[in-house]
Amino acid sequence: MKEKKTKRRVTRKEALAMLKSKDLLELGARADSLRKNLHPEGTVTFVVDRNINYTNVCINKCGFCAFWRNADHPEAFLIDKDDLFMKIQETIDLGGTQILLQGGLHPDLRIDYYIDLLTGIKERFDITVHGFSPPEIRYISDTARRSVPETLKILKEAGLNSIPGGGAEILSDRVRRKMSPKKLSSSEWLDVMEQAHELGMRTTATMMFGSVEDPEDIVQHLDSIRTLQDKTGGFTAFIPWSFQPGNTALARNAREAGRVLESTVTAVEYLKILSVSRLYLDNVRNLQASWVTQGLKLAQVALRFGANDFGSTMIEENVVAAAGVAYRVSKEDIILAIKNANFSPAQRDTYYNIVTRH
Amino acid sequence: MYKRIKDKIRSGKRLTRNDALKLFESDDIFFLGEQASFAAKEKNGQRAYFIKNRHINPTNICVNRCRFCAFSRSKGDEGAFELTSAEIIRKLSISSPDAGNGGRGKRKRKSSPGHPVSPFREVHIVGGLHPEWPFAYYREMISAIRRTFPELRIKAFTAVEIDYFSRIAGLSLEKTLLSLKESGLDLMPGGGAEIFDPVVRRKLCPEKISGKRWLEVMEMAHRVGIKTNATMLYGHIENYTHRVDHLLKLRELQDKTGGFQAFIPLSFHPRNTQIQGRYTLGIEDLKTIAVSRLMLDNFDHIKAYWIMLGEKISQLALVFGADDIDGTIVEEKITHAAGALTHEYLTVDQLVTIIRKAGKVPVERDAFYTSIKRYS
Repeated sequence: MKEKKTKRRVTRKEALAMLKSKDLLELGARADSLRKNLHPEGTVTFVVDRNINYTNVCINKCGFCAFWRNADHPEAFLIDKDDLFMKIQETIDLGGTQILLQGGLHPDLRIDYYIDLLTGIKERFDITVHGFSPPEIRYISDTARRSVPETLKILKEAGLNSIPGGGAEILSDRVRRKMSPKKLSSSEWLDVMEQAHELGMRTTATMMFGSVEDPEDIVQHLDSIRTLQDKTGGFTAFIPWSFQPGNTALARNAREAGRVLESTVTAVEYLKILSVSRLYLDNVRNLQASWVTQGLKLAQVALRFGANDFGSTMIEENVVAAAGVAYRVSKEDIILAIKNANFSPAQRDTYYNIVTRH
Repeated sequence: MYKRIKDKIRSGKRLTRNDALKLFESDDIFFLGEQASFAAKEKNGQRAYFIKNRHINPTNICVNRCRFCAFSRSKGDEGAFELTSAEIIRKLSISSPDAGNGGRGKRKRKSSPGHPVSPFREVHIVGGLHPEWPFAYYREMISAIRRTFPELRIKAFTAVEIDYFSRIAGLSLEKTLLSLKESGLDLMPGGGAEIFDPVVRRKLCPEKISGKRWLEVMEMAHRVGIKTNATMLYGHIENYTHRVDHLLKLRELQDKTGGFQAFIPLSFHPRNTQIQGRYTLGIEDLKTIAVSRLMLDNFDHIKAYWIMLGEKISQLALVFGADDIDGTIVEEKITHAAGALTHEYLTVDQLVTIIRKAGKVPVERDAFYTSIKRYS
């Protein structure tokens, strides 16, 4: 890290110019060479986990989301405990090390529900719980009338290990007002992450691009993450993915207004943003390729545009599937894609320690 | 090593068999991309082409049952089909699968008086080797299209079909080709090339004409003034040497005739075929595009066929040496039978967006690569 500090960092202005640049190959080559410096051993990792959504009932109703339902909707659900435990057992049987536990902001749930959920899991299983993104943490703390640090401490004691970076979307309040007016603000998202890092919890950071943001907003987002990471060092990885417009209110509104929502982000744009993320976030060690939103072929190419992690094998994925995207990929497909790109595949845990080399 | 190859490329010297093997084995995709982009720019500037086209498969009944093919059926099999000329004409009259019978399809082009106008610039026709249809059936199909849509360019029949026609008609290759040309055939697609290597070919498609014969048919087509494309099926049981030798054979014939318009690498699709295999991966696809661009210095165009590569990799291919992403297609049966992961249809707007966002200038072309509309 000390060596890095002496090197001049990419400035906001430079990042903006890169995002607007037409030379994808030049950007890619730079990102690839930084990736190589950070991970000279040539390993590309993935995690075996299951994405478990405990509810789809949500009071936020974000326009870019196709997953939420009202409480009285016939498709509304709250997970049954036996189901949850069965899903976790299956995950462990498949060699899984973590569950990604996330859900909507259900109007009837209070902190006791979450504590009960966590202790129930931890009494039965030895598995890492990577769960409750900042909007959920914030909601739990608000409804419990407790501070964010207090809430985090209680959840941590109940068994929460690590926090996923969801809900960051674009950390620009101008964009958030349009996309997700009820969701927590940029500074609130950053605050939850900072508090979690202070308590010694590791978290990831995400970015959902390709909706209504400008390149300036992307730079703002990257800069917020880099600044907080300088302070805490708590982010394990950065995960940029593109907005999937199928079945969402944003896409419906656009259709009704007679235009197509021009945002299934193309491959060139995805790789450009990935490369710029790698170059700008010099202090975040890991960068994930998103096969769930980009497909296996492009995710493989992403390994040469800055990414060093293939994300999760996703034994179950509901949220992106709700937007009509269903790339089907097995663990074997992922291993083969990594090898075919001349990297060594390895299963990792939540903290990016190697579990098994393949 | 790379420097030597780079110097050759920059000074317009030919790459050798060894150079091509080195490039395929290389891990430096940025070097490949940059060199291939340079070569593409020399040929086509910043332009990337698309065409308003439609695919038609007259039948899937085929006497060859190639092992990599999931499209073909035997007569009487479930799913076997045969189209009449009238059905083909109807398909060519409507612009998209959702346009319906009433012709809600856009018919912007001016028609010559008295003729209906197809919304397409080019029809691409390939099909099975039907055990009963006489040669006259195919000729009449072409004449019917020509009569109905005089402005529509007809790109039809692979070398494999032409060879079959000449045998069922008892005509020489030259006469077979001339007869189709008189009926209205404008161009030929490049399918059926697969991999020329005889050993690989015997395992892949034992009933199909040899690589040598494929090249003979193409040479004759070029001689009688029919331009054609060329293809290569990769990602099954072949190795880099087979690919390079395939490219060299094409380059050699192109030196002789100059009759090839575009080269189209085709990625193998494994579903429902008798070849144990997998889908190709992105880096492999891009490498193949790039090496093809660099080796085939006498081909004007390298096409990234989006049906097979997917929209995402096709777009990236434009940064790795390709200058064409095919067209609207509308209906695609062959790759979809083998588990294509793409749609069957892209709109002009989608094609323009894909090209533009790759930093290229979208150009709508006709069948002979004449610009129709440049999107600035």
